Amino acid sequence: MMEDLHLSTGHELKVLMRDGLESAKILDALYARIDVLDSKIGAFALVNRKAHRRPGGGTLDGIPVLVKDNICVKGEDTTCSSKILKGFKPPYDATVVRRLKEEGAVLIGKANMDEFAFGSSCETSCYGPTRNPWDLERIPGGSSGGSAAAVASDETIMALGSDTGGSIRQPAALCGVVGLKPTYGRVSRYGLIAFASSLDQIGPITKDVEDAALLLGVIAGYDEMDSTSVDIPVPDYATSLASDVKGLRVGVPKEYFVKGIDREVEAAVKRSINVFKDLGALVVDISLPHTEYAVSAYYIIGPAEASSNLARFDGAHYGYRAPDAKNMLDMYVRTRSEGFGREAKRRILLGTYCLSSGYYDAYYLKALKVRTKIKEDFDNAFKFCDIIVTPTSPTPAFRIGEKANDPLAMYLSDIFTIPANLAGLPGISIPCGFTRSGLPIGLQIMAKPFAEETIFRAAYTFERNADIEKRKPKL
Amino acid sequence: MNYETVIGLEVHLQLNTVTKVFCGCSTKFGQKPNSQTCPVCLGLPGSLPVLNETAFLFGIKVALALNCGIQSLIKFDRKNYYYPDLPKNYQISQYDMPLAYNGFVDIPANLTGLPKRIRILRVHLEEDAGKLIHPEREGHSLVDLNRTGIPLLEIVTEPDMNSPQEAYDYLTRLKSILEYLKVSDCDMEKGSLRCDANISIRPSGESKLGTKIELKNMNTFKGVKSSLEYEVKRQATVIDGGEKLFQETRLWDADKMITLSMRSKEEATDYRYFPEPDLVPFSVDKAFIEKIRQRLPELPEAKIRRFMKDYGLSEYDSNVLAGQSEIAEYFERCAQVYENRKAIANWITGDIMAYLKTQGASPADLGVSPESLAALLKMIDKGAISGKMAKEILSEAIETKMAPEKIIADKGLSQISDSGKLEEIVMQVISKNERSVKDYRSGKKNALGYLVGQIMKETKGAANPEIVNRILEKALEARQ
Amino acid sequence: MKIDKEIVRRVALLSRLSLAEDEISEYGSQLGAILEYISKLNEIDTRDVPPTSHTLATLKNVYRKDILKPSLKAEEALKNAPSSEGDFFKVPQIIEKR
Repeated sequence: MMEDLHLSTGHELKVLMRDGLESAKILDALYARIDVLDSKIGAFALVNRKAHRRPGGGTLDGIPVLVKDNICVKGEDTTCSSKILKGFKPPYDATVVRRLKEEGAVLIGKANMDEFAFGSSCETSCYGPTRNPWDLERIPGGSSGGSAAAVASDETIMALGSDTGGSIRQPAALCGVVGLKPTYGRVSRYGLIAFASSLDQIGPITKDVEDAALLLGVIAGYDEMDSTSVDIPVPDYATSLASDVKGLRVGVPKEYFVKGIDREVEAAVKRSINVFKDLGALVVDISLPHTEYAVSAYYIIGPAEASSNLARFDGAHYGYRAPDAKNMLDMYVRTRSEGFGREAKRRILLGTYCLSSGYYDAYYLKALKVRTKIKEDFDNAFKFCDIIVTPTSPTPAFRIGEKANDPLAMYLSDIFTIPANLAGLPGISIPCGFTRSGLPIGLQIMAKPFAEETIFRAAYTFERNADIEKRKPKL
Repeated sequence: MNYETVIGLEVHLQLNTVTKVFCGCSTKFGQKPNSQTCPVCLGLPGSLPVLNETAFLFGIKVALALNCGIQSLIKFDRKNYYYPDLPKNYQISQYDMPLAYNGFVDIPANLTGLPKRIRILRVHLEEDAGKLIHPEREGHSLVDLNRTGIPLLEIVTEPDMNSPQEAYDYLTRLKSILEYLKVSDCDMEKGSLRCDANISIRPSGESKLGTKIELKNMNTFKGVKSSLEYEVKRQATVIDGGEKLFQETRLWDADKMITLSMRSKEEATDYRYFPEPDLVPFSVDKAFIEKIRQRLPELPEAKIRRFMKDYGLSEYDSNVLAGQSEIAEYFERCAQVYENRKAIANWITGDIMAYLKTQGASPADLGVSPESLAALLKMIDKGAISGKMAKEILSEAIETKMAPEKIIADKGLSQISDSGKLEEIVMQVISKNERSVKDYRSGKKNALGYLVGQIMKETKGAANPEIVNRILEKALEARQ
Repeated sequence: MKIDKEIVRRVALLSRLSLAEDEISEYGSQLGAILEYISKLNEIDTRDVPPTSHTLATLKNVYRKDILKPSLKAEEALKNAPSSEGDFFKVPQIIEKR
């Protein structure tokens, strides 16, 4: 039993610790696991070998949590998996990290990610790629690929990711774990190194729905340090974990079942919808007519904000600085050219272009208007349903390198997750089956703003009742 | 050729809030470098801005005092450019939905012109940048980010000024208004008030504007005026010489009294403004705006009119006194306890303001309270001291920070107006100077002056000359 | 759709990135492909549609009180600096300005 501690969920460990299990034993089991596996998987940017339980107790007392490398931990390397931030140790904790510490969580390290969260494959990290625990030749998804892979391979109990266009949900789907992007404004962004400020949210990546609810309960809530965090009380998410979807109206948008979607994914999702129907939910056909424009709007808004957010990485005040610069401009240009990877440069160029004089109206302003249309689609749809169920990703995990040289193909892998970010909605990805070759498939559930409880209820009910095989990757 | 000058001004005003505009760091001036910073104003990755409510309210106050319309929806934007004093490499500013638009400032009539209305184009709130130090001959610069994030209000006029003097008058009146609102130190030398100018000239009667030149680096109002005067001449010379002006930024060199072209940047600027996603929009309801408007202090123009009406002062005196809120307040406190307002005005606009100007001091540093000044003036009226003595006492009081009453008492400076005592001295002097007495009586009336002089010598100048004259004449007549 | 090399160069300078010649063509054609895909947006009539720059439509007027919070010590502020001198950040000379 003891040697299997790493396989446990957070809520299971809470029970075991109440009965006398020492937190150090859990850490020992995880360190042993990391030592064996992580050279193969590459889920960690940094392993905190000195992690320990702190005095004071709390909701997550003694439970190890892995934090994505774009979330600031005071005095610990926080690099966004980029050369340009190598050695950067923030003098402050992100609000979510402060809350984790206050609730007794044990911070076990920093999770590998796509550089600055730009990517859907976790191939662009300066620490090297993260591999999918289900098939080491495949990508784990991204950008929170390290967080999802570590949870899937039981190298951590839970993890935090961040989601700008699907960066929590898509890797959760591809790694067969649970990942929730909360409503924009539900979780403080203070201390999350921004990719696109109007889209970013931090959220949990866990082994089951109950842990996601547990972790969200700790990190959610108003923060006076974040103007965009909303002052609405945080419900007790544990109480929303009722196994009951009777009468729940499940919307199925026809625009999410189109050409290009993998047939096995489509079949698994359709089976899942039937599970809801069998459990007493009302399945409603809905339409989100502007879905096909979401990727376009996103690839203007995201890079535009990113080009500005990433301007600060210039070698002047922290992080990497190119040596022997002749003058200021030389330092800026060389630091950034040497410090950023190719995808980061691509997005900076794209975003700068879309904001530059003469193109602003045609691109940026246009995208913001289309964003309004996409949000209206959801407002209308939620008149007829309580949740919307779709595939998380159009395909299961693809091979490493497969889309590395085709940015557009890579961007299209976020086609089903991007709309929730543009509209600010909460969305979860939960496992809903496997392909014949044994790759996990994810089911996405979206709801109205601040209706995470509804999502948890539906996801929990599905998890308990759908006959999804409980498998672990063979490692 | 005759030219018309067209000038517009941009003033940047540091607001004197306790903390910075987007974080809780102190705004105090002159502290140890980089000791007033936090993740937010250092622009560290992950940090987020939250707007200082007081800075926002100060901005609204200024906009209302400048007769602007407060916008119903206000938002912040990012202005993107790279500079090492700007750690995020974007400045949080306001682009198309600023605090306020369309106001005006009326400048008073002066020697060179009639009263005039200068229109205010817009007022917006933004964050200040840090400070760069360029050590001589070294190949590097040093950065202090204490100033980064201090709230800055930008006040932009329409190109409504037609002479350097008008620009000077506008700045003087604007500063006066801002001082009344107590929202800023308005100290140009400390950099809490900065001014850039746009200036062009065109042939008289021409309606098309000339080539606009931006002037920077002026550290005093006089410097603004001098730089504009220099530019008017320079531009006229260029055009008269058949050459063309091109749009550029020029820096004022206060030592050489010339403007110099800033080396042109390597690229055309493109600030790529877009809405700041880290802040939400702001809107203030009309009732609240009205409440702020009603609580605005009396502003210079109203005060000037009141000084003329209530105290019977000239327009000139009223303008001078009301020009600075602290001076106006000093005057009014004095006027409450002393009736002769014209006399107060003369003393303040004369000796006191001259002193304050040379010392760069404010009435609070004067060491002479308005009540003490009133007491001094009352003593002159009573004949206890002469006007000349009062001037000396005042200057000593200012120098030594001692109360004027105490100086008078310590030095026995009070004027001898006691007739009995003076009579005694007069008699002594008459008996010692029989020759002069004879001269006077034989018709040499100027002998009187000599006798008065002797009396003053005897009293070390403390005798009240009027009384001395009266007693002496009487005594000389009586002896005849 | 291919982005003109001059435009790629201008955008690179605005972004403070230097690109080699082959990178200029590569990024130029990649950006071109992305922008071509993005041009799909023109299919939507957005004439009377207001822009959404953030999704919290009702969230307005978020302020903080003008109350001091502790600052970092200068040593802490400078701890991550690639180069410093005394209490200052040290950067190369700026030659764009006098």
